[in-house]
Amino acid sequence: MEKRIMLGNEAIARGAYEAGVKVSSAYPGTPSTEISEFLAKFDAVYTEWAPNEKVALEVAAGASIAGVRSMACMKHVGLNVASDPLYTLAYTGVNAGLVIVVADDPGLASSQNEQDTRMIARSAHLPVIEPSDSGEAKEFFKYAFEISEKYDTPVIFRTTTKLSHSQSIVELCDRAEPQDKPYERNMAKYVMMPASAIGRHKVVEAREIKLEADASSLPINRVEMGDTKIGFITSGIAYQYVKEACPDASVLKLGMVNPLPKAMIADFIASVDTVYVFEELEPVIEEQIRAWGFEVKGKECFTKQGEYSANMLRGVIYGESALAFEKAEAPARPPILCPGCPHRSVFSVLNKLKIHAAGDIGCYTLGAVAPLNVIDTTICMGSSISLLHGMEKAKGKEFIKNWVATIGDSTFLHTGVNSLINMVYNKSSATVMILDNRTTGMTGHQEHAATGKTLKGEDTYAIDLAELCRSIGVPRVIEIDAFDIKGLEATIKESVNGDTLTVIIAKAPCALLKGQKFPNVCVCEPSECKKCGMCLKIGCPALTKQPDGTVKIDETMCNGCGLCQSYCKFGAIKKIPRA
Amino acid sequence: MNIMVVGVGGQGTLLTSRIIGKTALNAGWDVKLSEVHGMAQRGGSVVTFVRFGKKVYEPVCEEGSVDVLISFERLEALRYAHFLKPDGIMIVNDTRIDPMTVVIGAKTYPEGILEKLESEHKLYTINAGEIAKELGNSKVVNTVVLGLSAKHIGFTEDEWLETLRNTVPPKTVEINTLAFKAGYEK
Repeated sequence: MEKRIMLGNEAIARGAYEAGVKVSSAYPGTPSTEISEFLAKFDAVYTEWAPNEKVALEVAAGASIAGVRSMACMKHVGLNVASDPLYTLAYTGVNAGLVIVVADDPGLASSQNEQDTRMIARSAHLPVIEPSDSGEAKEFFKYAFEISEKYDTPVIFRTTTKLSHSQSIVELCDRAEPQDKPYERNMAKYVMMPASAIGRHKVVEAREIKLEADASSLPINRVEMGDTKIGFITSGIAYQYVKEACPDASVLKLGMVNPLPKAMIADFIASVDTVYVFEELEPVIEEQIRAWGFEVKGKECFTKQGEYSANMLRGVIYGESALAFEKAEAPARPPILCPGCPHRSVFSVLNKLKIHAAGDIGCYTLGAVAPLNVIDTTICMGSSISLLHGMEKAKGKEFIKNWVATIGDSTFLHTGVNSLINMVYNKSSATVMILDNRTTGMTGHQEHAATGKTLKGEDTYAIDLAELCRSIGVPRVIEIDAFDIKGLEATIKESVNGDTLTVIIAKAPCALLKGQKFPNVCVCEPSECKKCGMCLKIGCPALTKQPDGTVKIDETMCNGCGLCQSYCKFGAIKKIPRA
Repeated sequence: MNIMVVGVGGQGTLLTSRIIGKTALNAGWDVKLSEVHGMAQRGGSVVTFVRFGKKVYEPVCEEGSVDVLISFERLEALRYAHFLKPDGIMIVNDTRIDPMTVVIGAKTYPEGILEKLESEHKLYTINAGEIAKELGNSKVVNTVVLGLSAKHIGFTEDEWLETLRNTVPPKTVEINTLAFKAGYEK
């Protein structure tokens, strides 16, 4: 068998291919995005970007009910958006297998919270399968479809950032070609109105009891008996930390983390002196074990926050050991908007006008930090528009005269458009800025419904954002070049001071989008530089202040957007052809 | 063997660690890599890990466990130096990229980083930017750094070049080979 080193997300895609998945729908979200991108490379699998996770899950459910193996992928907060179908799909069950990949982000590498998907799965009564490396990711993913079909249930496949974004060795297998299931109308199973849902709720409970009983004999739950003085109950990437830090300890490694294998856990606890439950985030496993009346150690030793590590475990088990070298003091290097980013241009104008922004989820969240300091709030996808509406209704037009909502094109189509419909319906006079960079930027340039390309790279209809806004009744829609700072300034001033609901679409492609040419660079002529520092206020990483106070522009980083030039009152910055 | 590659988002740390990982895989080792994607990549401090050996469990290197630390920038070398083992070695691309905290004047860029690092660690420095410029392509900085690092990681030059050929875009094989050799022969 061919061996390859693969990202956890690529291994999941490979598992989906090998499992015979035919339909996959997803919305990008770190750390889940690459699953769909890798899966799209297989001709045998239909893959798509949906506008949001609710839509994605419903598409996958439709495919499952129609009779083919299907899946949806999302990040943890995406599952919140998809939770409406999720809870009821637990009742309907499946026809062909349905697996929902959910990627949690302990440590907040690229998220707004640290919620634990296992908690949602428990309340929805859905099984959860969790691998601990890429090899398991591929094999367990195939197994998830067996569980889904055997127990007639959607299955949640949980990964975490470290699993999704680490690489390990995978052995490739051929694709299975499972027979499509015939479709038969079944109102009692698929039409969830009270009479049938009452019946299905009984099925859900019976299924969970059966699955819990069977869990102790599932091959993905296993005991590695070692030293019986100390044992760990663990799963996912945390298992690797246990093996690294305490290689001789006994380990109960869970491949299915909901429902738990009660009999297996009871046996393990009986045969080991001290048992630790080692799980990142919430004490989901620990609390259930305690509720059964067993004594284990858990969150009194290990945090509910961030990622775990082998050193952290060693510290708890063996006591802290000093490092050979002390950690040096070094100025922080937080993420920043890229050189040439059109968002910087918009935020520089908002900053100049002292306007607050209700922000949203995307690269442009970075408009909150110095030196731009524009964004005041960021909650979740699409929330900028509704938050601003709430502010207007709370304190009136006067209060929001120095406020706008800022939202990206992909996020606007995700859930922002609903909030804009609410503004139209409920007589808002606010200003909404759609920062249209023609891609889903932060997750690494995924297509969406307004880019004109599908996930598979095919041409398709591109929704015109301006027409969309007009069609729902926005009275004033203005499209403008995101780098036209004079035009932006005038338009924003007029809009926030007026009484008409306005959408300003600031357009310019993401500086990292492929296929663009940057024929020019900006240079600062030291003899003409008055050292005023105006250009540094835009926060472009290509610009640095020299010891003599003049500004130098790094030619490899600069893409010649000219924003710094626009802010130089002395004409010291010039745009010249790239050497 | 524990290897850590650090730098500033966009410098090519990811590709570098992948080439190291593939070379180790081809040599028959168990290999794990850990990467950074998403928001952190946007000009922030980025860290990737490569571990190989008979059997590798966790995909990350713990503080105090790193054999070879490769840094694409001076400040990042300082930030992560405590990950090194007492006898670990450090390869630093001698360049300075100011973080935004420094650009806006909230913090100062530390002076004498290389001197401090040299007093505590086995340090190899290279001005890969200059070498890449001489080669006529400023984008191959990371391959120059990889070339120098390769000598301290092990494997033969041919093993490295084979991975390089299979990893970089076909059009850039020639320039990347030159860049690798320039670092390797340093």
